[in-house]
Parts: sequence; structure tokens; C-alpha cells
Amino acid sequence: MAATEVVEAARAGGTAPRRRRWSPAPRRTPYAFMVPATVLFTAVFLVPLGYTVYLSTQKTQIQGLGLGRGARRQVFTGFGDYTGVLHDSEFWHSVLRALLYGCVLIPVMLGLAALFALILDAQRVRFQRFGRIAIFLPYAVPTLIGSILWGMMYLPSVSPFVSVMHTLFGTTSVNFFGAHAVYLSIANIGVWGGTGFNMMVLYTALRSLPQEVYEAARIDGSGEFQIAWRIKLPMIRPSVIMTAIFSTIATLQVFNEPYTIHTMSAGAVSSTWTPLMTIYHDTYTGDDVFAGSAESIVIAVLMFLVSIAVLRLTNRQTFGGESQ
Amino acid sequence: MSGQTRGGSRYARRAHRGRRTRRTALVPTAILLLGSLYALLPVAWVVAASTKNNTQLFNLFAFRPGNALLGNLSTLTSYRGGIFWTWMWNTALYAGGGAILSAALSALTGYTFAKYRFRGKTMLFNLILVGVLVPAVVLAVPQYLLVAKLGLADTYWSVLIPSIVSPYGIYLARIYAGACVPDEVIEAARMDGSGEWRTFLRIAVPMMGPGLVTIFLFQFVAIWNNFLLPWLMLGSDTKFPLTVGLYTLLTQGTSQPALYTVVITGALLSIVPLVVLFLLLQRFWRVDLSAGSVK
Repeated sequence: MAATEVVEAARAGGTAPRRRRWSPAPRRTPYAFMVPATVLFTAVFLVPLGYTVYLSTQKTQIQGLGLGRGARRQVFTGFGDYTGVLHDSEFWHSVLRALLYGCVLIPVMLGLAALFALILDAQRVRFQRFGRIAIFLPYAVPTLIGSILWGMMYLPSVSPFVSVMHTLFGTTSVNFFGAHAVYLSIANIGVWGGTGFNMMVLYTALRSLPQEVYEAARIDGSGEFQIAWRIKLPMIRPSVIMTAIFSTIATLQVFNEPYTIHTMSAGAVSSTWTPLMTIYHDTYTGDDVFAGSAESIVIAVLMFLVSIAVLRLTNRQTFGGESQ
Repeated sequence: MSGQTRGGSRYARRAHRGRRTRRTALVPTAILLLGSLYALLPVAWVVAASTKNNTQLFNLFAFRPGNALLGNLSTLTSYRGGIFWTWMWNTALYAGGGAILSAALSALTGYTFAKYRFRGKTMLFNLILVGVLVPAVVLAVPQYLLVAKLGLADTYWSVLIPSIVSPYGIYLARIYAGACVPDEVIEAARMDGSGEWRTFLRIAVPMMGPGLVTIFLFQFVAIWNNFLLPWLMLGSDTKFPLTVGLYTLLTQGTSQPALYTVVITGALLSIVPLVVLFLLLQRFWRVDLSAGSVK
């Protein structure tokens, strides 16, 4: 390295540390570095999205008796498919079911996650390490496998709960696949699989809080419960809101759990129980790609509305420290 | 400055420990143990159930082990010429390969977002953020239709390629690069004549290391978890991952209860690798964002 460069670099660093003139970043490099992600993102996200939008404006027109080649033709229908979706009560019922399922799942899951996170962060509690690992463990179990396990445990002939009830009370009339009970049964799978992850998010947020605040509260005579309720919980509010929004988005597209239970329960869960199951059903079994595409767009828009809220909450704060 | 806060928290922790020895808080400890019991219940059940043969499964008490574990394992292994182990291998390929490629792509893209200025940066990043929030599951159906049009359906690529792009991974990598790779280090490398690619590979990637492991793990679990994508894309069962394979076993099992034990043993075996990976790499699940490499 030439001596002048060192001197100049030192001078630049000494007088104006933020000025970047002395080591200009090559102009073309960032574009080259962005190529793989842009190409793949376009292929995997944008093109399918555009294709769905295109398909959602098409419909099948049947000519004559609908027999032979050329009898079925794809034609433009404008918003026809969307009108169909808006009037499709089965689709909106599936949205309502997903929302109802979310109303059971999200409060219970996040309530438990916050409770366990606060317990992990509290003093004088034993088995904290064991509890943290055990409660987080279901996250390592794929939802489909978890659903199979719970589904088996719900089956009357195999269920440990039924056999325990039988031993204790002499009754076997527990039906996990009843019309209302099935919501709880499916929500339970979600609670089991999701609590640990959300607990870790909230626990990480708790660990990053300054400990001095609690010391002050303790000196003032606050108990652990009061500290948790009055100080810790309000301070991790942003994290709680984040987890709530992400859980809502996940709820709208729930598939694996009800789909497995649909297979195992013989009729308690219909094949169009959630929006994604409806989309899958219409596209494959019903063989109406166009209606399925319009439904996908409607669901994507619903999620997008939720997403905007998340963007507003997070975008500004997160990237404060990097070079612009 | 960071030394001070660390020292402070160490002091607080020591005080914490001293006080803890005095008295155990019974109610929170009990709640924590109840939660652990709930979380471990299905795992305990599947461990017990996998040791039972078909008669024992329907007759023995749920958590009392039977004596048919080895028999179940050999039934599973011989089922359709050992196809279960093909599924296991496929899953490792999809999840492991996909997650490595995904972490690499996220690292490069996140680093570029954090450390360079270029036209369209904000727009591109917002576009990718929308990708975080509209997760891949809604895209699975149109992806399948396109892949089928291209004649790529029922290939390994049809599952691998959509798994490589992880908007969430890119988002995390941008945070890690911003927090762990100081501008001064990059400028110093530039002045020493290091090329941009070399700076990224030799300097930035090692600094982002722990964060990249976290991205790898998240993506690994996400791919392992994704049932709909391979379920749509794949037709021949020799290419199935475990989740799809077990699901097809289950659909046959509803008519043949004899297959229950096979499904249960398969479920147990498919949990084991993930749980081991998870316990071994536990510390990477909560990477502290402020843990940079330069003081």
C-alpha cells in the first residue's frame, strides 16, 4: 500500500469518519451480487403470482356438447371469477372457519407463550433449562407428523385419553371429532406446535431488557408477579404484537393440521374446511384452476392487508444501525 | 461500552443466583413442569406406541411399552422394498441441500442490501418483505401449474428450487450483516486491494457465521415442514420426502388398521433426526444480534 494512501485514509478517518470518498464501493458489484436472488425471486414468487392473476381472469367455455378436442376453450372473463368467489358461500365459510380457529388458537398459544417466557425469565424458578428445551421441542416436529401423532391420540380405539377416562370414570364417551370439539382438537395441535417458538421469541426479547429496572422495582418492594405483569410485559409489547400478526397470517393459510384430521376423522372435517383446503380442492378435485386462482388472490390480498400493518411496525426501527 | 453492560448483567446474574438458592417459587415451577409435560406427551406416547404390535396397540395401556419395537422396525424397513429409507434420504436432500443453498443466497443478498448503495434498493427490499409476509404456501398452487407447464413436475428440482429463495432468510441476513460486519472492515479490505467477492467470502461470511447457521436451521425446519409443495409437485413415491410418504401411508392406513404400527414407527423415526439436530445446535436458536465480531 502506498504511503500517501495511508495518510489520506487516516486524514479522511480523522476529519470526517462518515465520508466514504476514500474507498469507493465499485458501482457494478451490488447489481452483480443481486442477480441470483432477483432471478430466483422472480421465477419463484413474481411469475407465479402474475400467472395466478392471469388465470383468475380466465374461464373455461364449453362449446356444443363439450365432447372432443376443442370443445373446451379458455376465454377471458374479466372479474367473472371474482364475482364467483364473492358469492361462493363455501369459500367464505372456510375463511370464517379459519378465523374462528384462529380465535381459539392465537389467544391460547400466545398467552401460554408469554406465561412460559415470563416464568423462564423469573427468579427462584427451578427446571428452567429443562422447561425451555421441552416446550420448544415440538417446533422440531413437522406439523404433519405432529398432526398424525395427535390424530392417532384422538382416535377412540387408540386414544390414551379415552383409556384414561375409561379407567378413571368408566366412560368412553369422549369424541374429539365432534362438530364443535373438532375446532378445539385442531387448535390444540396448533397450540402444541406453536407455543414453543413464540415463547423463544418473547424470551429472547425479555433477556435483552436492561436488568437494572427490575432491581429498582425490587428495592421498592415489588413482587416477581408484579414485575412480570407491570414492567416486563409492557416492555416486550412490540414483540407480542409481532408474534400476534405473524400468527394471524399463519392461521389464514392453515392446511396441514386440518388436512391430516380430514383424512383421519372420516367426515368431521370437510375437504373445504380452510381457505387453502378450498383452493386445493377447487384446483385439483374440482378441476377449476380459474376459480382456485381467484380464491388465491383474494386470500393473498387479505394477508397483504395484515402485512402492511407489520411493515409499518417494524421497517423503521430494525435497520437503524447500517450504512445507507 | 458493551463490556460494561456485560459486566453489569453478570453481576445481576450472580445476585440472582444467590437469591435463588433461598426459596423455590413453587407455583411458576409447577406451571413450567405442566407445560413441559404437555409438550412431551405426544413424544412419550409415540415412543411407547412404537414398541407395540397391532394387538398391543389397541389393548395395552397407552403409555405402557410393548415388546414389538424390533418387529415394527423390520416391517417398516421391508415395507415396499425399504421405501421409507428412500424418503428419509430424500428429506435430507431437500431440507439439507435446500437450506445450505438458501443460507448462501441469503448471505450474499442480505450483505449486498446492508453494505452497498444501488438503484432500486428500497423497492427491491420492500418487494422481498412482501414475500416474507405472503408465505410460500399460497404460491404453491401457481408454482405447480407453471412447473407442470415447463415439464419439470415430479423432479427433485421442482421441490428444491422454490425452497432456495427465503425472503425471511434475506431479511435476517440483512440484519446480521448490518450488525456484525462493520463498514471499517470492508473499507480496510478494499484499501488492501481485496476484490469485492473475496471480501464477502473471506471476511463478511465468517463474521456472519452464527447468524447464517440460524438461517440454515430456520430454512431446514421450513422445508422439512412444508407438506403442500412436495405433495403437489411430486407424483412418483421414490421422490417423496418423509412427510408426504407418511401421509400416503396414513391414507392407506385408514382402511387397513394393520398399517397403524407402521405409520407410528415411521413417525417416531422421522422425528429423531430433527430432534437430535435441534438439541445439538440449540445455542443457535437465539443468536444475540448485538454479538458482533469487531470491538
